[in-house]
Amino acid sequence: MQLTGAQALIKSLEQQGVDTIFGLPGGAILPVYDPLIDSSIRHILVRHEQGAGHMAEGYALATGRPGVAMVTSGPGATNIVTPIANAHMDSTPLVVVTGQVASSAIGTDAFQECDITGITMGITKHNFLVKSAQEIPRAVAAAFHLATTGRPGPVLIDIPKDVAQSMMDWWYPSSIEEYDLPGYRPEVELDDDAVMRAVALIAEAERPVLYVGGGTLKSRASAELLAFAERTKMPVVTTLMARGAFPDSHEQHLGMPGMHGTYSAVTAIQKSDLLISLGARFDDRVTGKIPAFAPHAKVIHVDIDRAEFNKVRHADVAIQSNVAAVLTAFDGYGAMPRNLDVWWKEIREWREQYPLVYDAPTVEGPLRPQHVIEAIAAKSGPGTIVASGVGQHQMWASQFWKFEEPGTWVNSGGAGTMGFGVPSAIGAKVGRPDRTVWCIDGDGCFQMTAQELVTARSEGIPIKVAILNNAYLGMVRQWQEMFYEERYSEVYLSADLPDYVKWAESMGCVGLRATNLKEMHEVIDEANKINDVPVVIDFRTDSSEKVFPMVASGASNDDIMVHPLQRGGSK
Amino acid sequence: MSATPEPFLGAIDHTPVRHHILSVLVENKAGVLARIAGLFARRGFNIYSLAVAPAESNARFSRVTIVVDAESAPLEQIVGQLDKLVNVVAISDISPKDALERELLLATIKTEVDNRTSLLDIIANAGAAIVDVDARSVTVMLAATPGGCDEFERALESYARVELHRTGRVALPRLGKLASA
Repeated sequence: MQLTGAQALIKSLEQQGVDTIFGLPGGAILPVYDPLIDSSIRHILVRHEQGAGHMAEGYALATGRPGVAMVTSGPGATNIVTPIANAHMDSTPLVVVTGQVASSAIGTDAFQECDITGITMGITKHNFLVKSAQEIPRAVAAAFHLATTGRPGPVLIDIPKDVAQSMMDWWYPSSIEEYDLPGYRPEVELDDDAVMRAVALIAEAERPVLYVGGGTLKSRASAELLAFAERTKMPVVTTLMARGAFPDSHEQHLGMPGMHGTYSAVTAIQKSDLLISLGARFDDRVTGKIPAFAPHAKVIHVDIDRAEFNKVRHADVAIQSNVAAVLTAFDGYGAMPRNLDVWWKEIREWREQYPLVYDAPTVEGPLRPQHVIEAIAAKSGPGTIVASGVGQHQMWASQFWKFEEPGTWVNSGGAGTMGFGVPSAIGAKVGRPDRTVWCIDGDGCFQMTAQELVTARSEGIPIKVAILNNAYLGMVRQWQEMFYEERYSEVYLSADLPDYVKWAESMGCVGLRATNLKEMHEVIDEANKINDVPVVIDFRTDSSEKVFPMVASGASNDDIMVHPLQRGGSK
Repeated sequence: MSATPEPFLGAIDHTPVRHHILSVLVENKAGVLARIAGLFARRGFNIYSLAVAPAESNARFSRVTIVVDAESAPLEQIVGQLDKLVNVVAISDISPKDALERELLLATIKTEVDNRTSLLDIIANAGAAIVDVDARSVTVMLAATPGGCDEFERALESYARVELHRTGRVALPRLGKLASA
């Protein structure tokens, strides 16, 4: 069967089971948009290419399946660089197709030419510049294989216009051998000796902590984690990338560690004698000052990527594997720590003394952002998916929303990409249309990517957006207040400009506003009743609110600052 | 009074004390060298020398011999990150004490009537060969250990050099010594 390269590309994506592409056409990718008309694949036409990338990420985080985005060459390609970098930091499986100028024009500074494979070399797991139409099926199959196996990540396929237009004889790789990836070995055999040494370390532990990272979600190891944790009675902390990997309602769950982690999670790690890291990477937001991080702990480091071992923290035992296989092996050997009663007694005291708290809400407002999040959570059904931008609202959402299952928390961790919320919520809703999707956003983040509400409305994707509008770039304001002597530099945004209700309405969404407690409850109820169009709520929140607990940048986790309400007593 | 900082003149001017030789088999595809160089640059690993050529008469692969500065980053990190490059097929790490290292030096020297004899002595002593000659200059070639090339280069310092090029080294483990993968 003779096909054009463009037809072969679409057919290859269908072959991979792709149901949705997020994209925006342009000159160099034009040939590929023609066969798309006849395809079963749904195309979501975005308003900016960054939106396409973050939507594909939201889709991937909510479904566990790779997200797919397609854009044109030059500025189309550079506009999707931020989502690619974001997906690379968070190991999110993504396949991005970019158009490229014709082969003969490459290197001539042609119109809308840019070296996107060069630009994305350091922020993709791998990328391809496809040089002939015959190679397209192999590139697509290899891209999906790379994006989804081992440590997942973004893969980019760059297709020159003439390649998309030329003819090929249809074929599709039938086995991994045909992918032509002689250097790619994502899985290694489980090192039984390392597992045994880990089991021996566990047997000596009196103060262990299960330090659960995003790799646990990526390897779909939640069931194994629950079984292992319950059998061994070890306390569990879940990083920002692992929220939902272990139920927040579980007695053994201490919450999130790190800069804005719970007092009990941070302190349990500090006092631990054994850290079992499951797909986590000792990020600086978790460790604080590295020499002072968990100073008495031995470390068992489980990761699919061996380059994570000893990168930040020495591993006493390193096990290269997916998390699920290791937990199963631990269970097989009956790994068991010592009696943890004394340890749990200490942990419970921390938890009771320093729970997450916030100042009492006032009837007339301004609203407490934490209270808004708790109210939305209480009024939304189980399984609701939460997406967020980056900043204070993200930390509060992670702290105060109770996550019970994988795929319900969609956020930008490693890269900290403001504006991630709205488009990633749209992608999540496309991937899980059965679920309610709330975007907990900040006013600063919202303004970065909210043009995608037009996409949501026109494509019939009814997400709900809660803007915690404190009229500031809140996290920067918090740092300026605490560490720059309240010298506020370029952080004020205004609560009224733009008018978020009119913004929403002009984009075909329902716009609501809440300034006091009564309105807060009313608008959440109203939003939850609307299921046909997107809803945007402007919650007027207190700009002086700060995220606590907090470990200052570069400080030791021992110097955690609790909420002012909890200070003054004995610590 | 702050002094004007000295301009940065280069990363490394001598073989690092704790260096390692990575013999890296890569797919012979466009951009592979850029991927390796980019990785070293963005992770802050130092390359002392680099030699690339098609490997084992197989057009599909090339061999890249990289002398890395193991003081700039732990070797485990360098190898671990390098191994993640999809086009990298195999890495063998040869420690300097187990390595047979050689590199090639080519130099063109101006000759004068009165220094010709002493120059020929230096060439002969070093085991170098004359590969080209005209009335006013001579081009010599030396294949030797990196230390041998250093010595030869120093011995040529008192002569007027037109050009001197070195290839960077390639290496194999000594017989009976295995490289670690």
